[in-house]
Amino acid sequence: MDIRLSAVSHHYDQTEVLRDISLEIPSGKIVCIVGPSGCGKSTLLRLIGGLEQPSAGEILQIGSPPADCLNPLTYIFQDFALLPWRTVRGNISLVLEDHGIHGQAAGDIINDVLARTKLSDFADALPKQLSGGMKQRVAIARALAVNPAVMLMDEPLSALDSQTRELLMDDLVNLWSRTPFTAVYVTHNLAEAVRLGHSIMVMSRRPGEIREIVHLDTPLHQRGLGDAEMEEKQKYLWHLMREEARAADAELVHV
Amino acid sequence: MSETSNAAEIRHVPFRGGGFAPSPRRWVGFAVFVVLIALAEIGTQTGFITPLTLPKPSDVLKTFGELYSSGLLWKHLSVSLSRLVVGAALGASAGIAVGVMIGLFSYVRAGLLPLVAALFPIPKIALLPLFVIWFGIDEGSKYALIAFGTFTPTVVATYGAVDNVDRNLIRMGQSFNLSWMSIVRKIVLPGAMPGILSGLRISLAIAIILLVAAEMLGAEYGIGAYILEAGSLYDLERLFVGVAILSILGVTLSACIGMIERRLLRWRV
Repeated sequence: MDIRLSAVSHHYDQTEVLRDISLEIPSGKIVCIVGPSGCGKSTLLRLIGGLEQPSAGEILQIGSPPADCLNPLTYIFQDFALLPWRTVRGNISLVLEDHGIHGQAAGDIINDVLARTKLSDFADALPKQLSGGMKQRVAIARALAVNPAVMLMDEPLSALDSQTRELLMDDLVNLWSRTPFTAVYVTHNLAEAVRLGHSIMVMSRRPGEIREIVHLDTPLHQRGLGDAEMEEKQKYLWHLMREEARAADAELVHV
Repeated sequence: MSETSNAAEIRHVPFRGGGFAPSPRRWVGFAVFVVLIALAEIGTQTGFITPLTLPKPSDVLKTFGELYSSGLLWKHLSVSLSRLVVGAALGASAGIAVGVMIGLFSYVRAGLLPLVAALFPIPKIALLPLFVIWFGIDEGSKYALIAFGTFTPTVVATYGAVDNVDRNLIRMGQSFNLSWMSIVRKIVLPGAMPGILSGLRISLAIAIILLVAAEMLGAEYGIGAYILEAGSLYDLERLFVGVAILSILGVTLSACIGMIERRLLRWRV
């Protein structure tokens, strides 16, 4: 299933947030969206997943999601959004219960996704007992449980320390290499973008427009930490964003 | 700066980080009770406090013993407890239901919030005669008074608690296509539970106050009737027995809610 955005614009009251965004999200690829803070990249992600409606333009699903897909557009949030009163297992079963999956069937799915995210030993822990990295892995496991056609990741690693972030990026690369998934990955971290993105959409400051779409052809598993080509791409992205980021930083916040 | 003056000024960095972190001290509360009662006992025994000012704690205890052995204690307590349970259960469950509705629906909020604000400051005791006319002088008016008194604080606590549920968790539920019912049952209600329970503490204390008020009109048995009778006879021993029973009732209820909190809110950090 592909996603197509055609001429999407959005505004809150008087403030124009997004202007004329057209983008193809091809199946099986990770599209990263980077931009200065306040450029509307998280808003764009909420629009893609149907949590908000765009003021103008269309967001289209092309093709139908696979038959075993329970929730085609599935988010992974920056703050993990785990229910603190449910165990790891309970948090995952939460999203299965509404699809009538209980008991043995649910147990099988949960054990499978916990194994894929290396959480099998923590099935009965409460979120408060887990580290930040583990919480985000639970959120990833929960997303995998509904077999999404497209994963919408809103700065999934931004709340984590840099070492955990590095480890989780490896985990994501491994997950993708085993079974390629489609993802839109919003981040302000350029290193994450060049590590995980098949294409990277650079946005301008508010109102967010597409500055440039950068394509990276190196396979994900060959991109390492400190790789020269990646460094080069990252430098180029920063060159694109630098002025925008400086200007965005000097703006007053309109709330 | 010279070396010698540096050497002369060596000392420990003063510690400034203490306090502002209450930790449990189990027996202190109990000790305060014991000391106060002991002081009263000593004061009355020595005659420093006249029997008209304060009855001897030992006499109060003796009166309590008589009440217990005559079987009247259970008679008073059972009718009071059943009134308390029925009234508080009615009021709290209606309050939680209305509070959740106010928290969830804009029209209910716009319509009922002013009404709740208007009902809250009414001294419910003042309405007792009205309730007697509406629900009869028997149990009905007593249930109604207690229920009405617990209803408003429960509503206010509940809708505040629902408002405080993390919106990101609700967004998460929507993003996984959970049904409206599921979001309310599995995300909103558990998320609001801490606030609802702390509201219940206040509501139940109010329920005890209103229990006594309700029993002052047309009740033969009940702690309130017992206190009223003792008061009109200026029988201070019996008055204090009644008051002590109410205090114990309050402490017990508060401990019960504490237990429920520990069970239901184990997940809290």
